[in-house]
Amino acid sequence: MLTLDAAILDAIVAHARRDHPDEACGIVAGPVGSDEARRYIPMVNAARSMTFYEFDPGEYLRVWREMDDSDEEPVVIYHSHTATEAYPSRTDVSFAGWPDAHYLLVSTREPDVTEVRSYRIVDGAVTEEPVRVVNATVDSTAVQSYLFGHDRKPVDYECRA
Amino acid sequence: MAIEVRVPTILRSYTGGQKAVPGSGDTVADLLADLDTRHPGIRARLLTEDGALHRFVNVYVNDEDVRFLGGLDAKLNDGDSVTILPAVAGGAGQRDTAGG
Repeated sequence: MLTLDAAILDAIVAHARRDHPDEACGIVAGPVGSDEARRYIPMVNAARSMTFYEFDPGEYLRVWREMDDSDEEPVVIYHSHTATEAYPSRTDVSFAGWPDAHYLLVSTREPDVTEVRSYRIVDGAVTEEPVRVVNATVDSTAVQSYLFGHDRKPVDYECRA
Repeated sequence: MAIEVRVPTILRSYTGGQKAVPGSGDTVADLLADLDTRHPGIRARLLTEDGALHRFVNVYVNDEDVRFLGGLDAKLNDGDSVTILPAVAGGAGQRDTAGG
């Protein structure tokens, strides 16, 4: 199961919406071995594409050194699909090189509903897992509806708009 | 010549869990051959069957991606630091089957 702070989830979804129709990508770092996604790091999609994403090699090295120096690792690696469902593509699976990371996919194909699903991808095997959102504040002016795929049902999730 | 090689989690099974290992070589190709003598199998994880650098990995000499330095022919100097990272890439791509 992936546990994610509501503010970080909001930031990820906002990034995906902002870059739509291009794919967006990034990391949430946390202490090595903790499985705690604490530090949100949006990354540039060097491919600037609607069907492909790729960390910029220079930015990735810089961010990785920061993480390594602070004994952090990528707890979450996220990216968006902008015209298809939030399920890992063949390309996603072939590239997945961080076996301890949660691969979070966000689909922005629907303007009003954001599909958010999380997976483990290890040696080419994809396993979906639940997403638990913590620290959500109740906001009567919520504008964003999230669909957590693992539950197979829409969840109205209150976000700071 | 001594070169520090920083190794990502996914390859540490080849280095006995070490984050960084020493190596030597005049080029990246030489370095990988040298590493493979002490960490058998690591080279095959980084190269394709044709002997080219795999697209699923990023290799850096100091701050530069070796793709901009001549790839496996990139020159190395004493004291250089080589970093290996799994490439982070993917995307919806051209899908030919649902959920593919």
